[in-house]
Amino acid sequence: MKEEDIKRMIRFVSILGFLLLFLVLSSIGVVLMLQYQPDLVQGWLAKEKSRNSEQINEAFQDEWTPEKLEEVGLVEGEGLQLVLANCTNCHSAKLVTQNRFTREGWIQVIRWMQETQGFWELGENEDAIVDYLSTHFAPEAQGRRMPLEVEWYSLE
Amino acid sequence: MKKRFAGLVNLFCFSSKSSFALKLNTFQTGILDKVSLCINFQYSIESFVKKERRAFIKKITLASLASALGAEIVFAKNLPKDYIPVFLEEQDSLKAFGKDSALKVLNDRPWNIETPIHLLDDKVTPADKMFVRNNGSIPDKIDISTWSLTLKGESVQKEKSYTLSELKNKFKNYTYQLTLECGGNGRGEFYPPTEGNQWGQGAVSCALWTGIRLKDLLEDVGIKKDAVYIGYHGVDAHLSGDPKKEAISRGIPIKKAMQDETLLAFQMNGKEIPMAHGYPLRLVAGGYPASASGKWLKAISVRNIVHDGAKMESPSYRVPIEPIEPGTQTAAENMRIIESMPVKSLITHPKSGAEFSIGKTLEIRGHAWAGEEEVSKVAYSIDFGATWQSCNLDKPVNRFAWQHFQTNIKFPKKGYYEIWVMATDENGNSQPMVVPGWNPKGYLNNACHRIAVKVS
Repeated sequence: MKEEDIKRMIRFVSILGFLLLFLVLSSIGVVLMLQYQPDLVQGWLAKEKSRNSEQINEAFQDEWTPEKLEEVGLVEGEGLQLVLANCTNCHSAKLVTQNRFTREGWIQVIRWMQETQGFWELGENEDAIVDYLSTHFAPEAQGRRMPLEVEWYSLE
Repeated sequence: MKKRFAGLVNLFCFSSKSSFALKLNTFQTGILDKVSLCINFQYSIESFVKKERRAFIKKITLASLASALGAEIVFAKNLPKDYIPVFLEEQDSLKAFGKDSALKVLNDRPWNIETPIHLLDDKVTPADKMFVRNNGSIPDKIDISTWSLTLKGESVQKEKSYTLSELKNKFKNYTYQLTLECGGNGRGEFYPPTEGNQWGQGAVSCALWTGIRLKDLLEDVGIKKDAVYIGYHGVDAHLSGDPKKEAISRGIPIKKAMQDETLLAFQMNGKEIPMAHGYPLRLVAGGYPASASGKWLKAISVRNIVHDGAKMESPSYRVPIEPIEPGTQTAAENMRIIESMPVKSLITHPKSGAEFSIGKTLEIRGHAWAGEEEVSKVAYSIDFGATWQSCNLDKPVNRFAWQHFQTNIKFPKKGYYEIWVMATDENGNSQPMVVPGWNPKGYLNNACHRIAVKVS
């Protein structure tokens, strides 16, 4: 009885071990394939990507509460979800909301990120993203120097 | 392929909050060394800040919350359990970096933190009041026992590596006070707006740096006659997560590398360099845009061409050779690399907004600097630039250190005043009263600093 128990346990453990090894090897394989044979997995990846971006969107909805949006300076509006999904992966949303550009200006910024910073193609989403940015983060006319913004305090 | 791969890494980074992805990270450490390192960096900083935050939250009561906020939290009893008020998030990250709570976070990925001008009053900028400008992710773990610096490139006689202790002990140590100002300091005032962190005027510091002279090291390794530039390489990861990309790898001409004050520093203000500022080793080239002073230094390339690393290319850290109309673009050939920073000054006391009664003599003081030049004169105006009076001005403690000015002002009658300050360098260059020449990336705004006061 006891010996049988031990044998069964050893078998169980070794199956588990093989399973684990298989998992590790297959994940290594997947990563290597992605790195060296991207064309083979292109179709699969495209599907995966859209699925993943859906997942991201869901997760973003949890994370991006109205308070959080207000804190970083983003506003509700058409295209906001696309901006969250595409523009906050690499850098903070605050880098977006600090800046002010026309439509052409925002497109230039996107091209610069694509050409030098490894940013992906936006495809059909680009229009909506650029619309959102150039609507809510457009330059406001100002002179060569603005009036000072002052918080008054009493100096002893 | 590269882009897709970066995207994949991002997905990992994103999901690294789940334990699954974390386990995956450890499995793959062998093959994807750099990738998972990047993931870990991002994850650890995030978790560090969160941990700090949790620890901090545990310690505080509603009363201390209110005092931190400087106001009562109305409806505090309605706050859900474990709910963290929005204002605390930024405070926690500042605390994690050892920064004064009044500093302003412009961007948290990458970290860019600005110092309010009145906090720059110290003659030597302390670590907690030093601005932070990063291009990539701050490294998380640095093992100084295995840290080495490699000298390489076309123009070294032979590639050579040094351990930290070899650097510290083999070469003579020097200490200089060096002004480091971000090339984009003041960008927020340019119109039309230019891309990047919208700095006010607080991206400048002048700390004491201790280290060895870069020229001593270059002599030791031996450089060829055709050397024209050096480029630095640090361990900060690119934000896209692409391990093949460097976040930033800028450099300086050989003539700058050979100056006495150009250091490979391992100490700031007599202590180890804080992590956010380049621990354990940083190139410090005072008077140049601070981006030339590479952090977390692992390697230096001695080049026979102008270094072509990340952010050396146009339009990064470059300005037009022939001036251009605001809002227009220009060819890369018409852009030059910024070297010495322009003349500039700041009133660090009093803080803008002071109200006081007529009859008081107001003392103003601050700092002035001019890149690689010396400041010869600082003047102030209380009548919007119509008349200027000179301030007392100290000599710099060493080359490339900022200089201190001071004066006392009497106001002729009650009312609103602006105090403007203008420095002039030894070549006769002064600060403009309005924003200077527009350039595509919004660099080099050295317009006169202004503070407002009210006399009643």
